[in-house]
Amino acid sequence: MRNLWIFITKYNAFFLFLIFEISSLLIYIKYNSFQKATFLNSTSKVTGTLYSQVDALKSYLSLKETNDSLARENAKLRGQLKASFYVDSVEKRKVNDTVYKQQYSYIVAKVINNSFNKRSNYITIDRGSRDGIQKDMGVITGAGVVGQVIEVTDHLAIIQSVLHKNTRFSAMLASTKDIGSFVWGNDLDPHRGVLIDIQNNAQPKIGETVVTSGYSLFPTGIPFGKITNLHAKGGGLLINVEVALAVDFTKLQYVYVVNNKFAGEQTGLEAVQNKNE
Amino acid sequence: MSRTILINLARFIVLVFMQVFLLKNITFYNLATPYFYILFILLLPFEVPNVLLFALAFVTGLTVDAFYDTPGLHASACVVLALVRVLFISITVQKDGFDNEPEPTLSIMGFRWFFTYVLILTLFHHFFLLNLEVFSFSEIQYTLSRVVLSSLFTVFLILISGLLFFRRKERK
Repeated sequence: MRNLWIFITKYNAFFLFLIFEISSLLIYIKYNSFQKATFLNSTSKVTGTLYSQVDALKSYLSLKETNDSLARENAKLRGQLKASFYVDSVEKRKVNDTVYKQQYSYIVAKVINNSFNKRSNYITIDRGSRDGIQKDMGVITGAGVVGQVIEVTDHLAIIQSVLHKNTRFSAMLASTKDIGSFVWGNDLDPHRGVLIDIQNNAQPKIGETVVTSGYSLFPTGIPFGKITNLHAKGGGLLINVEVALAVDFTKLQYVYVVNNKFAGEQTGLEAVQNKNE
Repeated sequence: MSRTILINLARFIVLVFMQVFLLKNITFYNLATPYFYILFILLLPFEVPNVLLFALAFVTGLTVDAFYDTPGLHASACVVLALVRVLFISITVQKDGFDNEPEPTLSIMGFRWFFTYVLILTLFHHFFLLNLEVFSFSEIQYTLSRVVLSSLFTVFLILISGLLFFRRKERK
């Protein structure tokens, strides 16, 4: 027993190393799924407050770009107003339109923490469950798709960005509607993604836009980006193409969280279907 | 004694703030990312007991993790760093003769020793950190180049900070 004690004290560095290393690896593996790590991440009280204060300072530096993008978006929306269309018929009558029921609504949120140079990147925003944000909602900007909400607290939410090794969204080619999956590439480039698993009879062209397919959380036709390279590696029987991302993740300021009003209905229906099978 | 504690506490706060609010946003070609906060563990005094050293490394790692949203990742890398530090110091430094030269800084230990010390410890830390983060062997080549370039970046920053706080009067 005494010899054992002497042995342990002589090599105490090694045993201490074992204790601390095992406990930290346990933490890492246990909370690797991230959603469970509520006590140790940037939505927690201390880090969340610090991040929003520093961000309040930083936002002054990019006021110009934010203004520009908002102005662009305003112009785009103005173009969709009823008033900006020329009425091309002589006969006028009032139609009470019941064909359209609003399916998507949008919640604007400010990005208070963002990363883009790791293998798995997350974005923290300053809106939470009190503003109507729920888990699994999609997130976009005026330019394109940003990611998916994976965790919500009262005032903050965390988004798993497109720049994440597990992110996978249903996407399609804008012109031919060929369906594929949109993922992030292996080279950690925050400006490029890959559209994989397109059927090999499709003929994608360089410069073509890749958009959301409407099978996932987003409305149909939100852009991911434009095709830059037709021969991304690892295609096999199906086609993979490289896509330049439409959203500049290095300069995110404001995002919109997409609230799909039919989402609950859809998942309920599909759950019934799965149970029947 | 209390002066040493105060200095190290201030160093801890400054380094963590720098890491999470400034250096976190810096990266070159998605390859080189500095992890400058390890300087805190590198500069702890020689006679700090092993228990305290490992505990401090663990806490430093967890603090950075809380901001990086990666619980446990930096903590485990920092604990590896602490072990390498203990081994390196026990091999290269004689324990006696350090009554008034308590810290492994550039101004006390000289450039050659300090450079080797920083280089080896940084390489170990970054190798462990980046591989654990990616957690897959299929991207090993890319990860290794990230390890080397990030280490160079970190070592560069640490040497610059060493020169910045160089105090000649302590050298004998």
